[in-house]
Amino acid sequence: MSRLLVCPPEYFQIDYEINPWMRRENAVVPSRAVSQWQTLMHVLEEDVGAGVERMPPVPGLPDLVFTANAGVVAGRRAVISRFRYPERRREEVYFAQWFREHGYEVLMLEESLYFEGAGDLLGFPDTWFGGYRQRSDIRSFPKLSEIFQREIIPLELIDGRFYHLDTCFCPLSGGELLYFPAAFDAYGLTAIAQRIPDEQRLGVPEEEAIRFACNAVCIGKHIVIPAGCPRTIQLLESRGYQTHSVELGEFMKSGGAAKCLTLALD
Amino acid sequence: MTASQETVFLQGHIIDSLILAKVLDTIVMMGGTFDLQDVTIGATRDAPSQARIVVRAHSSRLLAEILQAIQPHGAAVERDTDCQFVPAPATGIFPDQFYATTHLPTQIRLDGDWVEVEGMEMDLGICVDPAKARARTLPMGAVKAGELIVTGREGIRVTPLARPAERDVFGFMESVVSSERPHQPVIADIAQRMLKLRAGYRQGHPGTKVLLAGGPAIVHAGGREALTWLIEAGFIQVLFCGNALAAHDMEAALYGTSLGYGLTAGRSVPHGHEHHLRTINRIRAIGSIHEAVRSGVIAEGIMAACVRHDVSMVMAGTIRDDGPLPGVVTDSMQAQQAMRAEVQGVGLALLVASTLHAIATGNLLPAAVPTVCVDVNPSVPTKLADRGSFQAVGLVMDAASFLKELARELGWRL
Repeated sequence: MSRLLVCPPEYFQIDYEINPWMRRENAVVPSRAVSQWQTLMHVLEEDVGAGVERMPPVPGLPDLVFTANAGVVAGRRAVISRFRYPERRREEVYFAQWFREHGYEVLMLEESLYFEGAGDLLGFPDTWFGGYRQRSDIRSFPKLSEIFQREIIPLELIDGRFYHLDTCFCPLSGGELLYFPAAFDAYGLTAIAQRIPDEQRLGVPEEEAIRFACNAVCIGKHIVIPAGCPRTIQLLESRGYQTHSVELGEFMKSGGAAKCLTLALD
Repeated sequence: MTASQETVFLQGHIIDSLILAKVLDTIVMMGGTFDLQDVTIGATRDAPSQARIVVRAHSSRLLAEILQAIQPHGAAVERDTDCQFVPAPATGIFPDQFYATTHLPTQIRLDGDWVEVEGMEMDLGICVDPAKARARTLPMGAVKAGELIVTGREGIRVTPLARPAERDVFGFMESVVSSERPHQPVIADIAQRMLKLRAGYRQGHPGTKVLLAGGPAIVHAGGREALTWLIEAGFIQVLFCGNALAAHDMEAALYGTSLGYGLTAGRSVPHGHEHHLRTINRIRAIGSIHEAVRSGVIAEGIMAACVRHDVSMVMAGTIRDDGPLPGVVTDSMQAQQAMRAEVQGVGLALLVASTLHAIATGNLLPAAVPTVCVDVNPSVPTKLADRGSFQAVGLVMDAASFLKELARELGWRL
């Protein structure tokens, strides 16, 4: 059974602006956020059959809810994130603590080597891709590659709206890639094309990319995707995936959706 | 001119991700150039690759802009350190681990600044004066106890030659030696260079001297008239040779023979083998080649032309010399020192029919000096290149044909 790390949105709000989506005057409606999050959990646990580990929320850390940025996990080893913005740096100790308490070997990269966890490091079983420039530092990938003994292909993120790789790039269990091509430059697109054949690459249209179509959770043949992405759903269903659409508008105010709210533990 | 440069290091999965390509493209698109050094490609997919890249730009400002643009892609500037130096332990002895020079432009880092090393020549040491922030090359034999000599490899950078603007035979900077290489276009290019250099020399421009280092085959193969003409026409300013070239040339002037063979009739002359000894003896009696020419005893030929046209001559002796002639420097280190002084300001070197003088001269020349090595034996230009003078253009042909063709190209009409 797939296990995911999540964090309830009790303290989730917009306290600061560190990406183009965040605007403090566009306040989160707490009751709506809680209900959207609970629906997501219900879908993940009941419909998809995933195991969900809830870490305790912390007052004053509104973005702890985005556990995808806790770090990256392989086996019993977790490398904790080094956030670029000080606003999120305070989350690092809580993520580290959770992993330590749950028996993981906890590693951290040297300070100043920014790395924002599974938000910027995604992949297929043998090849991982690392998003850089907006948040993570490209120099973190050789270190992670050494730790996890995996090839990591760096991809420059050229559009500030897609500031984490998981906002525009979503590897699927069948080997396909759901992605928004315009978030990458020609070098990145060529590197992607060298690893993923044409027929396996599923490009999403811009109007759905900005609805976080790529910020989806894929577990087996199930895909949990933010509401408002009908063309992407059609594309995924044509490939035999079962989609679950969840309204996550409150979290999009902060620049995140389904994928950002979860971290795959295995 | 040494452009601004900095070395950056790039590592990770930089090949398949095209990150290396992106960094190199960025450098070029912004108007810089690069040299890829130490590229290591990961042996497996998991293994990372790495590359050391020397980035160059025409100004330090552009360099800074380029470095800023490639830094987000992981190209980190390698931290430079100052060069190391220690006092020479004794006169004539370098410290252990001394840095041995190449003949390429070289800089050392002193107290955070890059300082140009003066007098570049291969196989020397670098002597530092930290107080004046200066550095110069120094032969092993010339070092004095306590002089500060650069050691190790840190804080030293060597700049490969930029391709010259002229698109002639020297532009390729390669010493391909082939007896089948067509000679005519090479000689035509040399002639073009010599015309330009002569014009520059007459206007007092620096770096416009032409050096010829030659062996006695020039005389007995029949290149004497052509070389004499080249000197008289003002195409050559420096001559390096041994006892033999001078002796054979003046033997021809006095007796019309070279090592006893009649140069015109081509057969041996009775008692001709004595001619070169009698020549040497005669000049020794007069006291100097200059005096022999001035007094009219030596009326024509290479030596006469050199004296009349004020060509700087260094004659270096060897253990098989007869005599030797007055002016031949028999202490090899002194001869080397004299040659070293004369290569200053040379803009073209012609090394003709002499293994010994060709290699000795090659050792003294900075890589930026266009060099031609002419010999009937292909092993001579090959040997020269093997010993580091990679800039030398090799021509496999006999000395006389070379000099005649070159002189004709420059307007010699026999």
